[in-house]
Amino acid sequence: MASAYSKEQLLTMYRKMYLLRRFEERAGQQYGLGKIAGFCHLYIGQEAVAVGANEAIRPDDYMLSAYRDHGQPLARGSDAGMVMAELFGRGTGYSKGKGGSMHIFDIEHNFYGGYGIVGGQIPLAAGMAFASRYRNEDRVTVCFFGDAAANQGAFHETLNMAAKWKLPVIYICENNRYGMGTAIARTSAVPEIHKRASAYGIRGEAVDGMDVLKMYEAVKDAAAYCRAGNGPVLLEANTYRFRGHSMADPANYRTKQEVEDERKNDPLPKLRAYIVAQKLAKDADFEAIEEAEKAVVDAAVKFADESPEPSLDELWRDTIVEPGEQDVRPRERVLGVKVTQWPSYPSGQELKVTWDLEPREQAEQADRKAGLIR
Amino acid sequence: MPELMYREALNQALAEEMERDANVFLIGEEVGRYNGAFKVSQGLLDRFGSARIIDAPISELGFAGMSAGAAMVGLRPVVEMMTWNFAILAMDQIVNNAAKLRHMSGGQLRCPIVFRGPGGAGGRLSSQHSQALEANYAHFPGLKVIAPATPADAKGLLKSAIRDENPVIMFEGERLYAVKGEVPEGEHIVPIGKADVKREGTDVTLITWSRMYYFCMEAAEALAKEGISVEVLDLRTLRPLDEEAILASVRKTNRAVICEEGWALAGIGASVVDLIQSKAFDDLDAPVARVTGLDVNMSYAANLENATQPDAPKIIAAVKKVLYREGA
Repeated sequence: MASAYSKEQLLTMYRKMYLLRRFEERAGQQYGLGKIAGFCHLYIGQEAVAVGANEAIRPDDYMLSAYRDHGQPLARGSDAGMVMAELFGRGTGYSKGKGGSMHIFDIEHNFYGGYGIVGGQIPLAAGMAFASRYRNEDRVTVCFFGDAAANQGAFHETLNMAAKWKLPVIYICENNRYGMGTAIARTSAVPEIHKRASAYGIRGEAVDGMDVLKMYEAVKDAAAYCRAGNGPVLLEANTYRFRGHSMADPANYRTKQEVEDERKNDPLPKLRAYIVAQKLAKDADFEAIEEAEKAVVDAAVKFADESPEPSLDELWRDTIVEPGEQDVRPRERVLGVKVTQWPSYPSGQELKVTWDLEPREQAEQADRKAGLIR
Repeated sequence: MPELMYREALNQALAEEMERDANVFLIGEEVGRYNGAFKVSQGLLDRFGSARIIDAPISELGFAGMSAGAAMVGLRPVVEMMTWNFAILAMDQIVNNAAKLRHMSGGQLRCPIVFRGPGGAGGRLSSQHSQALEANYAHFPGLKVIAPATPADAKGLLKSAIRDENPVIMFEGERLYAVKGEVPEGEHIVPIGKADVKREGTDVTLITWSRMYYFCMEAAEALAKEGISVEVLDLRTLRPLDEEAILASVRKTNRAVICEEGWALAGIGASVVDLIQSKAFDDLDAPVARVTGLDVNMSYAANLENATQPDAPKIIAAVKKVLYREGA
């Protein structure tokens, strides 16, 4: 049977997943060497989620994530050297070394950040989706969060609003089964996160997050649904992190057997086997891809290592926007690459808001029905 | 110049800014069909529609964060907190997201948003509804904090806040909404960061903001009858502090009393004292005094409520103390 995907599509997914894997392995190694400090949450094992989702949406769609946030920007096309430089705390990082591992931002690629407070980015995503509707744009916002974030008030408050106002946002719960060191089933009355969608009357689905093609299909479908004005979607990507919560976590709370079993679901060999079965590429093709991505990561580490620390004047920048101050375009500043897709927003005079969030007539009818007005 | 109530001045500022810029929207509990819990948004739903005057669910953290997200991509939300007491629930979004987005992104993002609502003691609302929480927000880099006392300043500062590229926290006086004053029509802008000498004097500077301004003026009038000339400096903006204005006034009068509704410990007045003693110590003829709310939670009982808050007699006593008159 012929594949529903082109060779290029499949190899792009493989290449990106391999980049994420290799990048994180090297990040872990550099953490061990003391080049990276603070909290460093690796994405190893979860690559299919970010890559499958990213390939299913448009470059101008918005994306944001939590603190396990190296994978998503790399999937979007961010510069690996600048992400690594951010982990190293160097002035050439995306946030000039002010954010570190948990706060990667690359607005040029519509990646609106990693956030360090569990669930704190969930309302932000709804706001970005709200802005899309407000301006009659058909963009969707994809927001990643962990399973433990689904117990935060921010999750419930936001899903209620997103559902009520039909906001075009796809919430992707990366259920890796542990909130730090606590198994999700120990802290959640309903550990199947997607079922919570029913509480808000929205669409909720579970997806095999270890299969990049299943992720791709689910997000593609969800994006079309959101763009058509149907409101938010809650996807639960069942995945697994092969490493601990952060570099400081030896992950003693799970058995060796469990990790070994999950490693059999590694999304990289799974996709590779599929591509080979479809006779779209041979082992030599994969080796070439892997060598190229290894070189990208090697160069990223070298770039980060050779980059200077931020200048001390930077202490006094980027806290408050001073009058007339321009926003920083990182790749242009660091690599001299011309930035072509920096967001521009319509001025208030040009903007026509035609959206009726709560049509008056409808609301009054509802009130009448409820006997509130006669 | 027309006389308006404080709430009407705010309403005018909102309407004018929404007219000028379609990126501006108002969200909060009861702001739409109910016309605002304190009637600040009276009539705005009919004028601007439900996409721009949004009745939010009672989810302070949720809609504060949602609005910050909208601001990240270029809208200019005004978030009404029914009171700042409830906004404590939203503090994570205000502090951990809105205030830090620019910094964490290394200058890629901006978050032009206004969080506004009534603060300070209500009329016998007990401890959960009667708190002056300005100091909590003034503590955080990345935020601007304003607290106007008069209707004219309320209008001018709100307009500045909406046009500001940063998150601005606006404390309105819950008991000031019905206060009347002259308000310039149309384009009236009060810059953020500028204090105002509301009353000139030579003997002592009274430094204050928001509702305490009225007690300070009352005290100043009473003291004038005793031959004491009081200068009243209304800070209007609490972050950034107008250091120049504070120092200039203290250098002129050589004595200062700070009056704030909030608690003394880690209060804004403590920072003002620090500023004065570190930069104008040689100009002082007496230690700087503070009049603050008592270090207790607010009671319901009328006499206890009154005793908890600063008032004109307490301010008069403090002024006399720094002048080495009675009670020194």
